[in-house]
Amino acid sequence: MKTLPPADVAIVGGGWAGLLMAKELGARTGLSVVVLERGKPRRAGDYADGMDELDYSIRLRMMQDVSKETVTFRHTPKDRALPIRQFASFLPGSGVGGSGEHWTGIVPRFLPDAFQIHTRTIARYGAKRLPENHSIQDWGIAYAELEPFYTRAEQLLGVSGKMGLDPFEGQRSAEYPTPPLKMGYFPSLFVTAAQSLGYHPSPTPSANISTPYRNPDGIIRPACQYCGYCERFGCMVGAKAQPTNTLLPVIARQKSVTIRTGSNVRRVLHKDGKATGVMYRDAAGEEIVQPAALVMLASWTLNNTRLLLLSKIGEPYDMASGKGHVGRNLTHQSQSRAVTLFFDRPLNRFMGSGANGVNIRDLDGDCFDHGPLDFIRGAFIVAHALGYRPIANFGVVPPAIKATWGSEWKKAAIDAFDGTAHLGISGEHLAYRTNYLDLDPTYRDEHGDPLLRMTMDWNDNEHNMIRFMAAKMAEVGKAMGAREVVTPPLPRHYDVVTYKSTHLQGGTIMGPSPANSVLNTWLQHWQMSNLFVLGGSSFPQNPSGNPTLTILAQTLRTADAIVNRYAKRPGPLA
Amino acid sequence: MTADRRAGSNRARRSPAAGVASSRRQMSESLNHSLHDHSFVNSDSVILSSVVYTRSMRRRHFLTLSTTAVGGLLVFSLDRMPMRVHAQPSRRVRVPLRFFDEREALIIGAAAARIFPSDSIGPGAPEAGVIIYIDRQLASPFGRSVNRYMQPPFEDGVPEQGYQGKATPREIYREGLTLLGSDFDRLTPEQQDTKLRSIEATYFFRLLRQNTIEGMFCDPMHGGNTDLIGWQIIGYPGPYMSWGAHVDQHYGKPFRPSPKSLGDVLGRKVKPWEEEV
Repeated sequence: MKTLPPADVAIVGGGWAGLLMAKELGARTGLSVVVLERGKPRRAGDYADGMDELDYSIRLRMMQDVSKETVTFRHTPKDRALPIRQFASFLPGSGVGGSGEHWTGIVPRFLPDAFQIHTRTIARYGAKRLPENHSIQDWGIAYAELEPFYTRAEQLLGVSGKMGLDPFEGQRSAEYPTPPLKMGYFPSLFVTAAQSLGYHPSPTPSANISTPYRNPDGIIRPACQYCGYCERFGCMVGAKAQPTNTLLPVIARQKSVTIRTGSNVRRVLHKDGKATGVMYRDAAGEEIVQPAALVMLASWTLNNTRLLLLSKIGEPYDMASGKGHVGRNLTHQSQSRAVTLFFDRPLNRFMGSGANGVNIRDLDGDCFDHGPLDFIRGAFIVAHALGYRPIANFGVVPPAIKATWGSEWKKAAIDAFDGTAHLGISGEHLAYRTNYLDLDPTYRDEHGDPLLRMTMDWNDNEHNMIRFMAAKMAEVGKAMGAREVVTPPLPRHYDVVTYKSTHLQGGTIMGPSPANSVLNTWLQHWQMSNLFVLGGSSFPQNPSGNPTLTILAQTLRTADAIVNRYAKRPGPLA
Repeated sequence: MTADRRAGSNRARRSPAAGVASSRRQMSESLNHSLHDHSFVNSDSVILSSVVYTRSMRRRHFLTLSTTAVGGLLVFSLDRMPMRVHAQPSRRVRVPLRFFDEREALIIGAAAARIFPSDSIGPGAPEAGVIIYIDRQLASPFGRSVNRYMQPPFEDGVPEQGYQGKATPREIYREGLTLLGSDFDRLTPEQQDTKLRSIEATYFFRLLRQNTIEGMFCDPMHGGNTDLIGWQIIGYPGPYMSWGAHVDQHYGKPFRPSPKSLGDVLGRKVKPWEEEV
C-alpha cells in the first residue's frame, strides 16, 4: 500500500456535486483539492459519435459497469435480497461527469413546502394523515435559505424557463437565465387542454438551453438543436449543461485541483473521530492512501451510503429497533409513464429534447386540498417532446391488440408509432421505516467488499396517488384529442426491471439534530466534522420533481460555508 | 462540431422531393459502406427466397443475401406517402457469420421473420438483416454477459428482482435453438407460429423478440436495419444533428425527412461498441 503526500481536500466522485465543489474551492481558496473518480476521463467533445440508440440507450454504454459492482434488492426484511444483475430501474453513470453527462436536464426547484412536509402535513391535516410506518421528517432548512443558491445554480447551467407562469413556484430573486425552449406539438396540445381544465402549465426548466449563453464563469454554450438524443446520451453540441462542458473547462485552469480517474475509493480512513483521508484502488489495482484534512463524499446516493457503512462511520440503521441513521429513509420516485395517449395524428415525436415541454404543479406537493383524498403530497407532471427513438418505443399498441408479435402486432405498432406519447408523472416518494439501505451479507464487489442492499417496496400512498394522478391526466389526455388513453396502475410492488428515474435519495440524511439525521444542514457529518457528504443521499425524502438543481444549490451553500467559515476555523458548522 | 451541425440543419431544411432523391443516393452509399465494412463479397450462390447459406472453403460460415430482397415499394405508415427504396438489380452479398453456423442462422432468422414478418404492410426481419445483427451481438461482449453482474450464488427470485439466471445471451440462444428444433426453418409459417406460441413465456423468446426489434431499428452499423428499412417503415429519420428549424412546426402534419444513418450524418465511419473489444 502506497501513501501519497497529503491533500487539503479529497473529494470522492467526479460528477455534478464533486466537480462543482472542486471548482468552487479551486476558484475561491488556495486549498489543494484531489477529486477521485473511479470511471474514465471524459471530455466535452466525446459525444459526436454517440447518437446511437442501441449502444447508449439500450446497452447503456455510459453507465456504471455493473459487472464490477451492483446493489442487491428485496422488498422486505423477510425476503432474500438478490443482486440487480443489470441496471434498469435507475441508471447511475460513471466516468468524469458521472450521471450528469447522460442526464435529461430537467431542473425544477422544489416547492417551498417540500422542506417541511412533516410540520405542514400535521398542521393542515393532523398527524393521523401521515401514513403508517412513515419516517417523514423536515429538512432543517427552508426554501428561503436555499433560494440564492438555486439562482446561482440556474445561472451556472443557463437554465431555460419563464417565471411568473406557475402560480405555485417559490419566490425567485431572478428570472431564468435563458427563455423557454421552442414548443413542440405534443406539449402544445397539453397546454391548451390543461388550461381548459383549470391547470397552469408552464415551461419546464431545462438545462438544455434555448439560446447561446455565457455563464458567470465565462463558459459559453450553444442552443439546443432538438435532436432527440438527450437522456442516456452526452450532448454532442454542448447545449445540455454537463459537468464536462460547464465545470471541467474552469477546473482545467485551476492549478490547485487534480482529477484522478480510475480511482475507486473503498474506505474513508479515520482516527479519533476525524477523517484522515481515503483508501482507493487505482486503475492498475494498487491500493493507495490519499491523506486529506477534509474529505467530501460525492459519489451518488448509494455509494455515499455504502462508503459510510464500509468505513464504519456512524451507527447503521437497524429497522427492528429504529436505532441508527446511516442507511435509513431510502426513497425513489414513483415515476412512470402512467398515461399513454394514442392519437390519430402524427406527432413527429422524433424531435425534441429531454426537458422540452411543459409541466404543471397544480397536483404537486400540497398545492391542492388532500382533505377528502386517500393520500398526501403529489406529483410533478410533464408533457415533453423528448425525442422518441425507435428501439425503445416501437411496439406500443392500443389495448385492443393482444398480439405482441407477428403481422397483426406489426401493423398496429407501425400505425401507432408516431401517434403515441406519454405524460410523465413523477410522484413524490415518502420515507418509511421499512425502506432502507444496509450491507448485503452474501454478495460482494470486485474487491471483495460487501454490496449495498436495498430493502424497498411501494406503500398505499404511492398507489393511491398514482391512481388519482392517472385519472386526472386521462381527462387531460381526452381533452388533448387522444383517441385512446391508457392508464395502467403503479405495479403492486417495487421492481428493478422498469426504468423510473435515477433519483434514489436518502441514506445519509440531513436534519436539524443529530438525534434524527447523519448530516447537519451544511451536509457536514454531525460527529465527524471534517467529513461532508454531498448529493441526494442527504434528502430526508424525495420530493416529486427532479433533484439535480437542489443538489447543486445545496453544494453551493456548503461551498460558501467552507470558504467563509470552515476554511478559517475548521470545526462543526452547526 | 460546428460544421457538422450546420450541415445537419441545411439538410433538414431540404424539400421533401430533394429528400427522397438524396435518400436514394445515401442509402446506396450506405449499402456500399456496409460492403466495405463488413467483408461483404459478391457470390454466385443460388438464391432461395431471400436468404441462402453457403459454407466457405476455409470452414467459415457465411450468410448470402439477395439485395433485390431489399427493393420494392415501401409506404410510410402515417402520411401514406410512398417512397421507393434503393434497390440494386440482382446482386448477392455473402456475410461472414461470427457466432452462428448456417443452420443456426437459418433457424433463428426464420423465427425473427415470424416476430417481425415480411408481409403486405412492408418488409420485415429478413430484409432488415436482423439475423446478421443478432449474430454480431452474440459474438460481442453482450453475448457473453461481459457487462452483467455475474457473481454467484445464482438463485431464483421474484420477477421484480429481474433476470437472475446464469445463462448468457449466447447460452440462451443455444437453448432456444433446441426449443425451436432443427427443422424450424422448414416448417410452414403456421407451424412456426404454433411453435413460437408454445415458447412465448420463455426467456429465450423474450430476448429474441427484443433483439428482433433492435435489429429492425438499430443504426445499420450494427448489422441490422439494412438500407434503413426499419426506419423507413415507421418514418423515423435517424440521428440528424438538428431539428431546430422544425420542432415547433408541422403541428399535426407528417414531417418525414429521408432517413440517415449516423455515418451519413457525420460523414465518417463510427465504430459500434461491439467492435471495441
